[in-house]
Amino acid sequence: MTEDETDLIDVAPGAPHNNIMSEVTAYIIGLALALILTGVSFWVASTSVLWGPGVAVGLVVLAIAQMGVHLVFFLHITSGPDNTNNVLALAFGVLIVFLVMVGTIWIMAHMNANMGVSPELMNLQMQH
Amino acid sequence: MTTEAATIGLTHGGSEDTGLGHRGPESKSIVVPYGFWLFVLSDMVLFSALFATYATLAHATDGGPASNQLFDRNLVAIETMALLVSSFVCGLAIITAKRANMLWTQVWLLVTGLLGAVFLFIELYEFGKMIGEGAGPQRSAFLSSFFTLVGCHGAHVTAGLLWLGTMMAQIWAKGFQQHILRRLLCFSIFWHALDIIWVAIFTIVYLIGTLPA
Repeated sequence: MTEDETDLIDVAPGAPHNNIMSEVTAYIIGLALALILTGVSFWVASTSVLWGPGVAVGLVVLAIAQMGVHLVFFLHITSGPDNTNNVLALAFGVLIVFLVMVGTIWIMAHMNANMGVSPELMNLQMQH
Repeated sequence: MTTEAATIGLTHGGSEDTGLGHRGPESKSIVVPYGFWLFVLSDMVLFSALFATYATLAHATDGGPASNQLFDRNLVAIETMALLVSSFVCGLAIITAKRANMLWTQVWLLVTGLLGAVFLFIELYEFGKMIGEGAGPQRSAFLSSFFTLVGCHGAHVTAGLLWLGTMMAQIWAKGFQQHILRRLLCFSIFWHALDIIWVAIFTIVYLIGTLPA
Protein backbone atom coordinates (compact mmCIF):
# COMPACT_ATOMS: atom_id res chain seq x y z
CA MET A 1 0.00 0.00 0.00
CA THR A 2 2.12 2.85 -1.21
CA GLU A 3 -0.81 5.00 -2.18
CA ASP A 4 -0.39 7.68 0.49
CA GLU A 5 -1.31 5.34 3.25
CA THR A 6 -1.14 8.02 5.91
CA ASP A 7 -3.84 9.99 4.13
CA LEU A 8 -6.28 7.12 3.97
CA ILE A 9 -8.83 7.59 6.67
CA ASP A 10 -11.46 5.31 5.24
CA VAL A 11 -10.59 1.65 4.80
CA ALA A 12 -11.80 -0.73 2.14
CA PRO A 13 -13.74 -3.82 3.19
CA GLY A 14 -11.45 -6.83 3.44
CA ALA A 15 -8.30 -4.72 3.65
CA PRO A 16 -6.04 -6.18 6.36
CA HIS A 17 -4.66 -4.07 9.17
CA ASN A 18 -1.21 -2.64 9.03
CA ASN A 19 0.92 -4.72 11.36
CA ILE A 20 1.69 -8.27 10.22
CA MET A 21 1.24 -9.80 13.68
CA SER A 22 -2.16 -8.18 14.28
CA GLU A 23 -3.23 -9.10 10.73
CA VAL A 24 -2.39 -12.75 11.20
CA THR A 25 -3.81 -12.71 14.75
CA ALA A 26 -7.16 -11.42 13.48
CA TYR A 27 -7.40 -14.19 10.88
CA ILE A 28 -6.39 -16.90 13.38
CA ILE A 29 -8.91 -15.70 15.97
CA GLY A 30 -11.55 -15.61 13.24
CA LEU A 31 -10.68 -19.12 12.07
CA ALA A 32 -10.75 -20.45 15.65
CA LEU A 33 -14.13 -18.86 16.40
CA ALA A 34 -15.59 -20.05 13.10
CA LEU A 35 -14.34 -23.59 13.75
CA ILE A 36 -15.85 -23.58 17.25
CA LEU A 37 -19.21 -22.26 15.97
CA THR A 38 -19.27 -24.76 13.09
CA GLY A 39 -18.41 -27.60 15.48
CA VAL A 40 -21.13 -26.56 17.90
CA SER A 41 -23.64 -26.34 15.02
CA PHE A 42 -22.90 -29.89 13.87
CA TRP A 43 -22.99 -31.13 17.48
CA VAL A 44 -26.30 -29.38 18.21
CA ALA A 45 -27.80 -30.93 15.08
CA SER A 46 -26.67 -34.47 15.97
CA THR A 47 -27.24 -34.67 19.72
CA SER A 48 -30.46 -35.75 21.35
CA VAL A 49 -29.58 -34.06 24.65
CA LEU A 50 -31.20 -30.75 23.69
CA TRP A 51 -34.88 -29.89 23.54
CA GLY A 52 -35.94 -30.86 20.00
CA PRO A 53 -38.13 -27.91 18.97
CA GLY A 54 -35.44 -25.41 20.03
CA VAL A 55 -32.67 -26.93 17.94
CA ALA A 56 -33.56 -25.19 14.65
CA VAL A 57 -33.68 -21.78 16.33
CA GLY A 58 -30.36 -22.49 18.05
CA LEU A 59 -28.79 -23.41 14.71
CA VAL A 60 -29.98 -20.17 13.12
CA VAL A 61 -28.52 -18.18 16.02
CA LEU A 62 -25.19 -20.02 15.68
CA ALA A 63 -25.16 -19.34 11.92
CA ILE A 64 -25.79 -15.62 12.41
CA ALA A 65 -23.01 -15.53 15.01
CA GLN A 66 -20.63 -17.21 12.58
CA MET A 67 -21.52 -14.77 9.82
CA GLY A 68 -20.67 -11.99 12.27
CA VAL A 69 -17.30 -13.61 12.98
CA HIS A 70 -16.56 -13.79 9.25
CA LEU A 71 -17.55 -10.15 8.73
CA VAL A 72 -15.39 -8.87 11.60
CA PHE A 73 -12.30 -11.05 11.35
CA PHE A 74 -12.11 -11.87 7.62
CA LEU A 75 -13.80 -8.87 5.97
CA HIS A 76 -12.66 -6.48 8.73
CA ILE A 77 -15.99 -4.72 9.05
CA THR A 78 -15.62 -2.84 12.33
CA SER A 79 -17.41 -0.13 14.27
CA GLY A 80 -14.57 2.32 13.70
CA PRO A 81 -15.15 5.71 12.04
CA ASP A 82 -13.09 4.62 9.02
CA ASN A 83 -15.66 1.90 8.39
CA THR A 84 -18.82 4.01 8.38
CA ASN A 85 -19.57 3.55 4.69
CA ASN A 86 -18.91 -0.19 4.75
CA VAL A 87 -21.19 -0.64 7.76
CA LEU A 88 -23.98 1.47 6.27
CA ALA A 89 -23.92 -0.56 3.05
CA LEU A 90 -23.94 -3.76 5.09
CA ALA A 91 -26.85 -2.53 7.19
CA PHE A 92 -28.87 -1.80 4.05
CA GLY A 93 -28.03 -5.24 2.64
CA VAL A 94 -29.06 -6.94 5.88
CA LEU A 95 -32.34 -4.98 5.88
CA ILE A 96 -33.24 -6.12 2.35
CA VAL A 97 -32.19 -9.71 3.04
CA PHE A 98 -34.30 -9.71 6.22
CA LEU A 99 -37.36 -8.25 4.44
CA VAL A 100 -37.15 -10.69 1.53
CA MET A 101 -36.68 -13.79 3.67
CA VAL A 102 -38.96 -13.08 6.63
CA GLY A 103 -41.60 -11.46 4.40
CA THR A 104 -41.70 -14.43 2.04
CA ILE A 105 -41.74 -17.07 4.75
CA TRP A 106 -44.38 -15.21 6.75
CA ILE A 107 -46.72 -14.59 3.81
CA MET A 108 -46.37 -18.07 2.34
CA ALA A 109 -46.95 -19.76 5.72
CA HIS A 110 -50.14 -17.72 6.25
CA MET A 111 -51.36 -18.41 2.74
CA ASN A 112 -50.89 -22.13 3.24
CA ALA A 113 -52.65 -21.95 6.60
CA ASN A 114 -55.57 -19.81 5.40
CA MET A 115 -56.32 -21.40 2.05
CA GLY A 116 -58.18 -24.25 3.73
CA VAL A 117 -56.42 -26.78 1.56
CA SER A 118 -55.29 -30.06 3.05
CA PRO A 119 -51.51 -30.45 3.35
CA GLU A 120 -51.48 -33.24 0.76
CA LEU A 121 -53.29 -31.13 -1.82
CA MET A 122 -51.04 -28.14 -1.06
CA ASN A 123 -48.04 -30.37 -1.61
CA LEU A 124 -49.50 -31.35 -4.97
CA GLN A 125 -50.15 -27.74 -5.97
CA MET A 126 -46.65 -26.64 -5.06
CA GLN A 127 -44.87 -29.29 -7.05
CA HIS A 128 -44.94 -27.22 -10.24
CA MET B 1 -10.51 1.52 23.83
CA THR B 2 -8.12 -1.13 25.05
CA THR B 3 -4.78 -1.62 23.34
CA GLU B 4 -5.54 -5.26 22.77
CA ALA B 5 -8.75 -4.52 20.91
CA ALA B 6 -6.88 -2.07 18.71
CA THR B 7 -4.19 -4.65 18.00
CA ILE B 8 -6.59 -7.16 16.51
CA GLY B 9 -8.47 -4.44 14.71
CA LEU B 10 -11.74 -4.28 16.60
CA THR B 11 -11.48 -0.55 17.11
CA HIS B 12 -9.64 2.28 15.45
CA GLY B 13 -8.18 5.11 17.44
CA GLY B 14 -7.05 8.56 16.53
CA SER B 15 -9.42 9.32 13.65
CA GLU B 16 -11.57 12.42 13.87
CA ASP B 17 -13.12 11.77 10.49
CA THR B 18 -16.90 11.91 10.29
CA GLY B 19 -17.10 9.97 7.04
CA LEU B 20 -19.10 12.75 5.43
CA GLY B 21 -16.87 13.24 2.45
CA HIS B 22 -15.53 16.68 3.31
CA ARG B 23 -12.08 15.60 2.15
CA GLY B 24 -13.21 15.22 -1.44
CA PRO B 25 -13.20 12.01 -3.48
CA GLU B 26 -11.61 8.94 -1.92
CA SER B 27 -8.59 7.24 -3.49
CA LYS B 28 -9.07 4.38 -5.93
CA SER B 29 -7.80 1.82 -3.44
CA ILE B 30 -10.88 2.64 -1.32
CA VAL B 31 -13.48 3.28 -4.00
CA VAL B 32 -12.89 0.10 -6.01
CA PRO B 33 -13.20 -2.39 -3.13
CA TYR B 34 -16.14 -0.38 -1.77
CA GLY B 35 -17.95 -0.67 -5.09
CA PHE B 36 -17.20 -4.37 -5.11
CA TRP B 37 -18.54 -4.62 -1.55
CA LEU B 38 -21.82 -3.15 -2.84
CA PHE B 39 -21.90 -5.81 -5.58
CA VAL B 40 -21.28 -8.57 -3.02
CA LEU B 41 -24.09 -7.27 -0.82
CA SER B 42 -26.49 -7.23 -3.76
CA ASP B 43 -25.39 -10.78 -4.52
CA MET B 44 -26.45 -11.65 -0.98
CA VAL B 45 -29.85 -10.09 -1.71
CA LEU B 46 -30.08 -12.42 -4.72
CA PHE B 47 -29.28 -15.39 -2.48
CA SER B 48 -31.88 -14.25 0.06
CA ALA B 49 -34.55 -14.69 -2.62
CA LEU B 50 -33.29 -18.21 -3.33
CA PHE B 51 -33.27 -18.99 0.41
CA ALA B 52 -36.83 -17.70 0.72
CA THR B 53 -37.86 -19.92 -2.20
CA TYR B 54 -36.16 -22.92 -0.63
CA ALA B 55 -37.77 -22.30 2.77
CA THR B 56 -41.19 -22.07 1.12
CA LEU B 57 -40.78 -25.25 -0.94
CA ALA B 58 -38.68 -27.38 1.43
CA HIS B 59 -41.61 -29.68 2.25
CA ALA B 60 -43.13 -29.80 -1.26
CA THR B 61 -41.60 -33.17 -2.01
CA ASP B 62 -44.41 -34.54 -4.20
CA GLY B 63 -43.97 -37.99 -2.66
CA GLY B 64 -40.29 -37.99 -3.64
CA PRO B 65 -37.26 -38.09 -1.35
CA ALA B 66 -37.26 -35.57 1.52
CA SER B 67 -34.27 -33.65 2.77
CA ASN B 68 -33.51 -35.96 5.70
CA GLN B 69 -33.26 -38.97 3.36
CA LEU B 70 -30.86 -37.34 0.91
CA PHE B 71 -28.07 -35.50 2.64
CA ASP B 72 -24.87 -36.90 4.11
CA ARG B 73 -23.69 -34.74 7.01
CA ASN B 74 -20.14 -36.10 6.93
CA LEU B 75 -19.66 -34.90 3.35
CA VAL B 76 -21.12 -31.52 4.29
CA ALA B 77 -18.71 -31.26 7.23
CA ILE B 78 -15.75 -31.84 4.88
CA GLU B 79 -17.11 -29.28 2.40
CA THR B 80 -17.54 -26.77 5.23
CA MET B 81 -13.99 -27.29 6.51
CA ALA B 82 -12.54 -26.99 3.00
CA LEU B 83 -14.31 -23.70 2.31
CA LEU B 84 -13.59 -22.22 5.75
CA VAL B 85 -9.86 -23.01 5.63
CA SER B 86 -9.80 -21.79 2.01
CA SER B 87 -11.24 -18.47 3.17
CA PHE B 88 -8.63 -18.25 5.94
CA VAL B 89 -5.73 -19.04 3.60
CA CYS B 90 -7.04 -16.42 1.15
CA GLY B 91 -6.58 -13.88 3.97
CA LEU B 92 -2.97 -15.03 4.39
CA ALA B 93 -2.46 -14.50 0.65
CA ILE B 94 -3.65 -10.90 0.98
CA ILE B 95 -1.21 -10.32 3.85
CA THR B 96 1.75 -11.67 1.87
CA ALA B 97 0.66 -9.86 -1.31
CA LYS B 98 0.65 -6.57 0.59
CA ARG B 99 4.33 -7.21 1.31
CA ALA B 100 5.01 -8.19 -2.32
CA ASN B 101 6.17 -11.68 -1.39
CA MET B 102 5.74 -13.56 -4.69
CA LEU B 103 6.48 -17.09 -3.50
CA TRP B 104 4.17 -17.14 -0.48
CA THR B 105 1.40 -15.22 -2.24
CA GLN B 106 1.35 -17.82 -5.00
CA VAL B 107 1.55 -20.69 -2.48
CA TRP B 108 -1.36 -19.36 -0.40
CA LEU B 109 -3.43 -18.63 -3.50
CA LEU B 110 -2.75 -22.14 -4.78
CA VAL B 111 -3.86 -23.63 -1.44
CA THR B 112 -6.97 -21.41 -1.54
CA GLY B 113 -7.78 -22.72 -5.01
CA LEU B 114 -7.11 -26.37 -4.18
CA LEU B 115 -9.39 -26.23 -1.13
CA GLY B 116 -12.04 -24.52 -3.26
CA ALA B 117 -11.65 -27.32 -5.82
CA VAL B 118 -12.09 -29.94 -3.06
CA PHE B 119 -15.32 -28.21 -2.06
CA LEU B 120 -16.56 -28.09 -5.64
CA PHE B 121 -15.60 -31.71 -6.33
CA ILE B 122 -17.57 -32.95 -3.29
CA GLU B 123 -20.55 -30.83 -4.29
CA LEU B 124 -20.55 -32.19 -7.84
CA TYR B 125 -20.19 -35.74 -6.48
CA GLU B 126 -23.24 -35.14 -4.27
CA PHE B 127 -25.25 -33.69 -7.17
CA GLY B 128 -24.28 -36.60 -9.43
CA LYS B 129 -25.23 -39.14 -6.79
CA MET B 130 -28.61 -37.48 -6.18
CA ILE B 131 -29.44 -37.27 -9.88
CA GLY B 132 -28.37 -40.92 -10.29
CA GLU B 133 -30.83 -41.91 -7.56
CA GLY B 134 -33.66 -40.14 -9.38
CA ALA B 135 -33.54 -37.12 -7.06
CA GLY B 136 -32.71 -34.59 -9.77
CA PRO B 137 -34.09 -31.06 -10.04
CA GLN B 138 -37.16 -32.24 -12.02
CA ARG B 139 -38.34 -34.58 -9.28
CA SER B 140 -40.11 -32.09 -6.98
CA ALA B 141 -40.37 -28.41 -6.13
CA PHE B 142 -38.17 -29.08 -3.11
CA LEU B 143 -35.41 -30.51 -5.30
CA SER B 144 -35.75 -27.73 -7.90
CA SER B 145 -35.23 -25.11 -5.22
CA PHE B 146 -32.40 -27.13 -3.66
CA PHE B 147 -30.46 -27.39 -6.91
CA THR B 148 -31.08 -23.72 -7.71
CA LEU B 149 -29.85 -22.50 -4.32
CA VAL B 150 -26.88 -24.80 -3.82
CA GLY B 151 -26.05 -24.84 -7.54
CA CYS B 152 -26.00 -21.04 -7.63
CA HIS B 153 -23.48 -21.06 -4.79
CA GLY B 154 -21.47 -23.72 -6.61
CA ALA B 155 -21.50 -21.60 -9.78
CA HIS B 156 -20.13 -18.69 -7.75
CA VAL B 157 -17.34 -20.91 -6.40
CA THR B 158 -16.54 -22.02 -9.97
CA ALA B 159 -16.37 -18.40 -11.13
CA GLY B 160 -14.20 -17.63 -8.09
CA LEU B 161 -11.75 -20.39 -9.02
CA LEU B 162 -11.45 -19.03 -12.57
CA TRP B 163 -10.89 -15.54 -11.13
CA LEU B 164 -8.31 -16.96 -8.71
CA GLY B 165 -6.37 -18.60 -11.53
CA THR B 166 -6.45 -15.34 -13.47
CA MET B 167 -5.15 -13.42 -10.46
CA MET B 168 -2.28 -15.88 -9.94
CA ALA B 169 -1.28 -15.43 -13.59
CA GLN B 170 -1.58 -11.63 -13.39
CA ILE B 171 0.49 -11.40 -10.22
CA TRP B 172 3.07 -13.66 -11.83
CA ALA B 173 3.20 -11.69 -15.08
CA LYS B 174 2.68 -8.12 -13.88
CA GLY B 175 3.89 -8.13 -10.31
CA PHE B 176 2.37 -6.39 -7.31
CA GLN B 177 1.11 -3.21 -8.98
CA GLN B 178 -1.62 -1.17 -7.34
CA HIS B 179 -4.35 -2.16 -9.77
CA ILE B 180 -3.44 -5.86 -9.48
CA LEU B 181 -3.57 -5.64 -5.69
CA ARG B 182 -6.99 -3.97 -5.91
CA ARG B 183 -8.27 -6.86 -8.02
CA LEU B 184 -6.81 -9.35 -5.54
CA LEU B 185 -8.53 -7.57 -2.65
CA CYS B 186 -11.84 -7.69 -4.55
CA PHE B 187 -11.30 -11.40 -5.10
CA SER B 188 -10.76 -11.92 -1.37
CA ILE B 189 -14.00 -10.03 -0.57
CA PHE B 190 -15.82 -12.30 -3.04
CA TRP B 191 -14.26 -15.45 -1.56
CA HIS B 192 -15.04 -14.51 2.06
CA ALA B 193 -18.62 -13.63 1.04
CA LEU B 194 -19.08 -17.07 -0.54
CA ASP B 195 -18.08 -18.63 2.76
CA ILE B 196 -20.65 -16.48 4.58
CA ILE B 197 -23.35 -17.69 2.19
CA TRP B 198 -22.19 -21.28 2.70
CA VAL B 199 -22.71 -20.86 6.48
CA ALA B 200 -26.36 -20.10 5.76
CA ILE B 201 -26.62 -23.03 3.32
CA PHE B 202 -25.13 -25.68 5.59
CA THR B 203 -27.27 -24.48 8.48
CA ILE B 204 -30.61 -24.10 6.70
CA VAL B 205 -30.38 -26.78 4.02
CA TYR B 206 -28.15 -29.47 5.44
CA LEU B 207 -28.40 -29.26 9.27
CA ILE B 208 -31.99 -28.08 9.80
CA GLY B 209 -33.03 -30.18 6.79
CA THR B 210 -31.69 -33.37 8.38
CA LEU B 211 -33.02 -32.87 11.91
CA PRO B 212 -35.06 -35.84 13.06
CA ALA B 213 -38.68 -35.01 12.28
